[in-house]
Amino acid sequence: MIDMSLSPLRGQQTAEEILEPSPMSKLRRRIFKNHSFMIGAAILIVILVCALVAPLLAPHDPYELDLSKRLINPFWHDKKTDAEFMLGTDKIGRDYLSRLIYGAQISLLIGFSTILISGVIGTALGVTAGYFGGRVDMMVNFIINTRLAMPVFLVAMAAVVAFGASLHVVILVLGLFLWDRFAVVMRSITMQARDLDYVKAARAIGCSTPHIIIREIFPNVLSSLTVVATVEMANAILLEAALSFLGFGVQAPTPSWGLMLNEGREYMFFSPWLLALPGMGLFLLVLAINLFGDGLRDVTLERER
Amino acid sequence: MIAYALKRIFVAFLILLVVSGLTFSLSHLSADPALTIAGEQASDEDIEAVRKLYGFDRPIVEQYGNWLGRALQWDFGDSFHYKAPVVEMISGRIGTTMTLGFLAILFALVISIPLGTLAAMRPNSFIDRFALLIAVFGQALPTFWFALMMIIVFGVWWRWLPISGNTTWAHFVMPTIALGYYATPALMRLTRAGMIEVLGSDYIRTARAKGLSPTVVLFKHALRNAIIPVVALAAVWFGFMLGGSIVIETIFNLKGIGWLSYDALLRSDLPVVQAIVLIFASFYVVLTLLADLLNAYLDPRISVR
Repeated sequence: MIDMSLSPLRGQQTAEEILEPSPMSKLRRRIFKNHSFMIGAAILIVILVCALVAPLLAPHDPYELDLSKRLINPFWHDKKTDAEFMLGTDKIGRDYLSRLIYGAQISLLIGFSTILISGVIGTALGVTAGYFGGRVDMMVNFIINTRLAMPVFLVAMAAVVAFGASLHVVILVLGLFLWDRFAVVMRSITMQARDLDYVKAARAIGCSTPHIIIREIFPNVLSSLTVVATVEMANAILLEAALSFLGFGVQAPTPSWGLMLNEGREYMFFSPWLLALPGMGLFLLVLAINLFGDGLRDVTLERER
Repeated sequence: MIAYALKRIFVAFLILLVVSGLTFSLSHLSADPALTIAGEQASDEDIEAVRKLYGFDRPIVEQYGNWLGRALQWDFGDSFHYKAPVVEMISGRIGTTMTLGFLAILFALVISIPLGTLAAMRPNSFIDRFALLIAVFGQALPTFWFALMMIIVFGVWWRWLPISGNTTWAHFVMPTIALGYYATPALMRLTRAGMIEVLGSDYIRTARAKGLSPTVVLFKHALRNAIIPVVALAAVWFGFMLGGSIVIETIFNLKGIGWLSYDALLRSDLPVVQAIVLIFASFYVVLTLLADLLNAYLDPRISVR
């Protein structure tokens, strides 16, 4: 494949090659044939749109409380329902549907911001280690192993205690912790890409190291980067939910799904839907991200084959 | 081999040294420990006296040196809150956490190995798709939410199982499932991939060709080889489970180390938190070291690289 791109025969195509569908349309066909990618993308788009237009979609203000309307049951119950509150209200009378919709915003915000931070750190470390090798690689490997030895959840809880519990602290802590997979994957892909002919050629004609890394190596790692990003995004969302559930994450009155589970816990005997609904949200979002990532991996791997 | 082993052991020690340093400095960034010990109503002189008594007025490097020196002799000081030696508090509870972790990994293996094997025997069959479905759903299910749902269904509605405490074996059923299922998808996928690879190999064809029964080929020849990486991954997952045990033990009021770390973080009980982080980290480092050494022993090429 690589020899072909450098060979002077490239211009002479056979009839079959001309009639064959373009790589782009082949890729498009593979994407549409991949069920997990399509289902994941569909759910993800629905949740994304809900989060983006939350102010239009939510029937109530998620922070507006009314103590006279505490713990109204959702519509499938017989008693104590209210047409105004489809999914009922929480312990201080806030509309649950609105809080669930705004909760998607928080989870997505955590997911995207975390992978932005951790992606930059992990990619920088991994590409550096893979490209330079030798002592640099040894050093980066040591950093990765040290990070892996730290129990993430416990240290994240300790960091939240140290710096105060808030959305920003949670994002920062998760971003500074979840870069290990980025680094490991980027390192090994860069190592392979370093020895490709066109990278060697770029080095031979005297391109600068930053130019080679950004222009020649980076396009190679892009598809794997996206796949790792989906895995880490799901991971970050679950970790934030668990942290908030234990009270070491986002603080009240923010409508985080994890925090809603925490607040609903004391009512689990008589109002189990307070626990069921936010968990369903988390499950659906993480499921969609995982399906999307799995599908993306299959589609891109097939292309590289 | 010996040189490689010595090098890996040296690196493992270095990692633990860095982790202990990070843990120590992180916990000292949090609220003034002297204030925590003396209590909210303490006068300034009292706080100053406590600071002198515990040595918090010394330079942080000196404090770290003292702490590490004592930690190496298995002495992590006294708990700020309970005023009891940390080592005693931990050793009294480590049994519960180890039992839970062991049962959870056992549960995961008992589910994932047969299911992965069946899926590998008939790729793309009904059972393969079923296994994949379980893996995809399992990965998206938040552990703590799954635990809460189990409590509602099996503990509150049907009253089959106790929901809090650790006095009988029945108390371990739900925590084991909640903690164990999360490792199942990864282990099952690895079993399936390993089995498919092994079943397609030459020596299996030879074994079949010389007329061995399918059962003997499957269990004695194929599974035995495919299972080695699964067991190695299970060991790593055991390390991860110690982290997961924090949420699970808190939910089920199982008073192991996970619960203790939650309790200690709530009370800013630094000596306890530091000790647990260091113990979890050591556990992970030792497990990966053993896995690396085992791999190098089985495949001598690794130690040359």
